[in-house]
Amino acid sequence: MSNELEHEGSSILPVQQTSTEVNTPVSVLPPHVLRRADIDPIAATRAERQVSIMFLLSALFTLLAIVSFIAIPVDQYVRVPGAGVTQASNLAVGFTLGMAILLIGLGAIHWAKKLMPDEEVTDSRHSFSSSKEIRQSVMEEIRLGGQESGFATRKIVRRSLLTALALLPLPAVVLALDFGPTPKNELRSTLWGKGVRLVTDPTGRLLRPEDFQVGSLVSAHPENLHDWEEENHNLNARAKTPILVVRMSPEELRSTQGEGWDYQGIVAFSKVCTHVGCPIALYEHRTHHLLCPCHQSTFDLADSANVVFGPAARRLPQLPISVDSEGYLIAQSDFQEPVGPSFWERG
Amino acid sequence: MSNSVNQGPIDKSIDGTVKYLDDRFSTAGFIKRNMRKVFPDHWSFMLGEIALYSFIILLLSGTYLTFFYKPSMLEIVYDGSYLPLKGIKMSEAYASTLEISFDVRGGLLMRQIHHWAALLFVASVSIHLLRVFFTGAFRKPREINWLIGTGLLTLAIFEGFSGYSLPDDLLSGTGLRIASGIVLAIPVVGTYASYLVFGGEFPGLDFMSRLYTIHVLLIPGILLGLITAHLMMVWYQKHTQYPGPGRTNNNVVGYPLLPVYMAKAGGFFFIVFGILVLVSALVTINPIWAYGPYIPDQVTAGSQPDWYIGWLDGSTRLMPNWEITIPGLFTLSLNVLIPTLILPGLMFTILGLYPWIEQWITGDKRAHHLLERPRNNPNRTGLGVMALTFYAILWISGGNDIIAQMLNLSINAITITMRAMLIIAPPIAFVITKRICLSLQHKDKELLLHGEPTGRLLRLPSGEFIEIHEPVSDAKRAVLLSRTELPMLPVPASHDANGVKTPNLWAKKLQRRLSHWWSVDQVPLPTVAELESATEHTLHELSEAQEQGVELTKDTPAPTSNH
Repeated sequence: MSNELEHEGSSILPVQQTSTEVNTPVSVLPPHVLRRADIDPIAATRAERQVSIMFLLSALFTLLAIVSFIAIPVDQYVRVPGAGVTQASNLAVGFTLGMAILLIGLGAIHWAKKLMPDEEVTDSRHSFSSSKEIRQSVMEEIRLGGQESGFATRKIVRRSLLTALALLPLPAVVLALDFGPTPKNELRSTLWGKGVRLVTDPTGRLLRPEDFQVGSLVSAHPENLHDWEEENHNLNARAKTPILVVRMSPEELRSTQGEGWDYQGIVAFSKVCTHVGCPIALYEHRTHHLLCPCHQSTFDLADSANVVFGPAARRLPQLPISVDSEGYLIAQSDFQEPVGPSFWERG
Repeated sequence: MSNSVNQGPIDKSIDGTVKYLDDRFSTAGFIKRNMRKVFPDHWSFMLGEIALYSFIILLLSGTYLTFFYKPSMLEIVYDGSYLPLKGIKMSEAYASTLEISFDVRGGLLMRQIHHWAALLFVASVSIHLLRVFFTGAFRKPREINWLIGTGLLTLAIFEGFSGYSLPDDLLSGTGLRIASGIVLAIPVVGTYASYLVFGGEFPGLDFMSRLYTIHVLLIPGILLGLITAHLMMVWYQKHTQYPGPGRTNNNVVGYPLLPVYMAKAGGFFFIVFGILVLVSALVTINPIWAYGPYIPDQVTAGSQPDWYIGWLDGSTRLMPNWEITIPGLFTLSLNVLIPTLILPGLMFTILGLYPWIEQWITGDKRAHHLLERPRNNPNRTGLGVMALTFYAILWISGGNDIIAQMLNLSINAITITMRAMLIIAPPIAFVITKRICLSLQHKDKELLLHGEPTGRLLRLPSGEFIEIHEPVSDAKRAVLLSRTELPMLPVPASHDANGVKTPNLWAKKLQRRLSHWWSVDQVPLPTVAELESATEHTLHELSEAQEQGVELTKDTPAPTSNH
């Protein structure tokens, strides 16, 4: 970059003589104008009084804050016009404390503006660059140090050191391997399986085909989820199992993901969005469209839950369902593909 | 006041402290140099101050919250005083946040101060960044501080996101679900990374305690270090200043640290703090009790993240559903990768490198301490507005469902429109901004040459009507004349004097073309001769007016004065 313009030297650019170079009277500060408080002792006293009133008010509010903190129970509520019902303690302590803090600030600034000197002063700036000689000697010294160390000439030493340093962070990576288990097949399987009954959540009521009117939509879980959670105390299974069950009239149901996966027009799809995993909640009966509230991916439940719009790339996996001998809705098997967001190994 | 004879107890304590410290650390020289350090005054310089003060308030209120918050995902049954959730299963994290809100005196206030301060922190950092950008304060010698600032903004966004995820409520839990989906989308190692982050499958039991350490220790530690460096650089390099009378590239005009700036800056801290406390007392923020605990199969409609995440939400919503799948081999989720990792990565890289990009284009390696008026660098201002437009469209798209609902429009139509706007609007914004800047330059030149119109018409003996112009005031003139010319690089020679081919000639040619484009449209400042004759003309006009019996205003210079 030979054509860069260095700032060193006075003449920076070969520009025409423009007015920037003219030393017009504007290069001096405008004359300082005295304030009222500077010339009128009454104004100065008034400003002094104003400042001290603010500080004293602050002190008063601090005391009020302590009183309201102690006196107002935390479970007391008040109705504030325009703001609704709110915690009385929060309102009182916050207001008084806020005023106490604010008034100190207002007082200090009023003090600075009215009573402290307001004449602007000028300070000069210096170039940050050191002299050429100092720079040169520093460069020489670094070079000399490098030579003395033999870093450049002793290749074996240098390379072995670099090898050692390059390997040293690896244990940190190895340590990180224990931050969590290695993925196995968890992302491909859920609690659903052959014969697992559908239950509503959280009541755990078993579902029968008769419970469904045409157009009605129910959020459901596998019957074994409850026991699993009692045993495992985490929400991992629940993040994968939820399904939406909906009944459509046979002429509405244009396609399903597999032959015989519906039961008399009742279809079940994974509730977990295939985009980034939000539970999908918004269903429009007329169009059978299901909309994800997070990023608005839209799926058509009447057409194998294919993507109609939005950033999701894949349809919602369908759960093949049937009815057992007692007349309850059951799954024919687990999902035939992984539910939820894509991952690299999904293929 | 206090030279050799010191009597008062205050004088004594001052002397004692100065001597004590100086004997041990030889601090007198440092204090002497810095006590009366000059800081220029301007309202826009307070933006960075607001950021600093909100950070301090965040440290104070955050420390308080750690005394009550439990970063545990262990499931318990709620038994606190918030009745609607009594008996419901939830994580200890959520239950302890409810406890802070309903059972700890002042707890809700502290939570709300912390949340409001966080919103203000990211907002003031962002607006401070815009101020620094549009006034060219990032130019040499302050490029490295700009880079640190970019790092601070990035960390502030991460810190905010990690913070509002800690209560483990339904809204923030949904945010974490999305975050886990993003990690899963990373090519090759995504699944492993997600398992390491969450300690297995999402949501697992480990994540909250890990996020907690990141939120209260790791990121604040780095933020604190970077903020210290940021301020030390400002201190050492001295603050930039706006052009004006008496202000040059070689001086700094303003008020001394002691006492004026100390009182003003110190007072301003209390004002920021006080307003945050008042707002927290009066306006509810993040009512986690209304969302309920996080349950992976539940969601609230119209979920919105905090404002500074909105643009990422928007980019995710706008992205077309591109996904590459090779059955049996891999799935590459471009629909997630591009809007959440690649695009922000690219945006922040360009942001951080901008000082060097502009420097490369203009070849301007001069040190700049005088701020540039946005109009005087139309391309930079144009690029800035272009980037802002891009950001704004992403941000608005983050609320496309709310817009659709409020305006009763089709969400698909809005999304498609926004996709198009994202590509079309920024260049249009650039062109319009650049034109406005150039017009303002013309106006400035006009003012310098012909003075300010007074609105008073005069009929000359010849019958001609003229409007009387007054020369611009000294203060205004100083501002108008403050422009530094934009340099234009010379055409690179293909061979040097010895006939050796210039290396990277194509890059130099590109650089030259860009430099030409950058400065070619500038409206040249009037030359000295033009300025003098114009002043003469104005004064002549004024004297003519006076002869005609027009009374001039008080502050108009007498026609004889030699401007």
